[in-house]
Amino acid sequence: MHDLAPLTALAGTTPVQDSIGPVTITEAPDWALASVAARLGQEKACSTALASVLGADIPGVAAHTQGPAMSAFWTGPHIWIVEAPYDSHEDLAAMLSAKLGECASVTEQSDAWVRFDVTGDGIERLFERLCNLDLAKLGQGAARRSVIEHLGCYVIRGTEGIHVYGPRSSAQSLHHALTSAARAVF
Amino acid sequence: MIINHPLLGPCDAQEFTYKGDARLIDRPDGMADGADAAFYNYAYLRDNPAGQHRELWFHEQGDRSWLVVTRNTVTHEITQVELARDVARKSGRSA
Repeated sequence: MHDLAPLTALAGTTPVQDSIGPVTITEAPDWALASVAARLGQEKACSTALASVLGADIPGVAAHTQGPAMSAFWTGPHIWIVEAPYDSHEDLAAMLSAKLGECASVTEQSDAWVRFDVTGDGIERLFERLCNLDLAKLGQGAARRSVIEHLGCYVIRGTEGIHVYGPRSSAQSLHHALTSAARAVF
Repeated sequence: MIINHPLLGPCDAQEFTYKGDARLIDRPDGMADGADAAFYNYAYLRDNPAGQHRELWFHEQGDRSWLVVTRNTVTHEITQVELARDVARKSGRSA
């Protein structure tokens, strides 16, 4: 039998954390993700069903909403990504698929992304260097997709900072971009 | 160039890729009579106006929606931006 040790996206056994000036960049591997896309003609049914599964309103355009156990953000018209702690929701996609039934197409996304949580004062100045988004205008609960270091990334403004989801296979490149920009700014 | 996305507001044109004439939405029925001529026309014959042009843009580095952008090819002024989905539905092409 294989004896495989789980690794984070940056190939460590524990998440990498960098403190640069006032900013802390932390790899956050403990999230289960699944995308939910409403099927053609089922947009209303899917929105209602997803809201009841989330226990919260579904996120509107470019928004993120927090439910009691899960949260979700908008990625396109009638497409959302649902997030939940990995420990309690390892089977997130299967659970959503069973609960949403025929009105939605659900795809497992947990292993497709690397997440970095960026906190601290002056993160707007950091993201000015990294992407097109105007962080000063994006309030809490905003979720947008943009380009960071040639990578398509989701940028979410949470209560404690900014969450960045980027392609997991480019985790090192994204980490390099975030830390180099932070060193340049601070 | 800034494209005023109908859902997300003003976005840098660098986030988009360009497809071409918005007439591409009107794909002919391949099973209909005269499909050969209709497809020849659809695939190869395009107007190339110096002035107002309706064209398809894809928000590849954003929400990945397809847009129909009405742009003046001489001045690059953009006068209208619609979701391609809405345009297609208005012409009865999608549910």
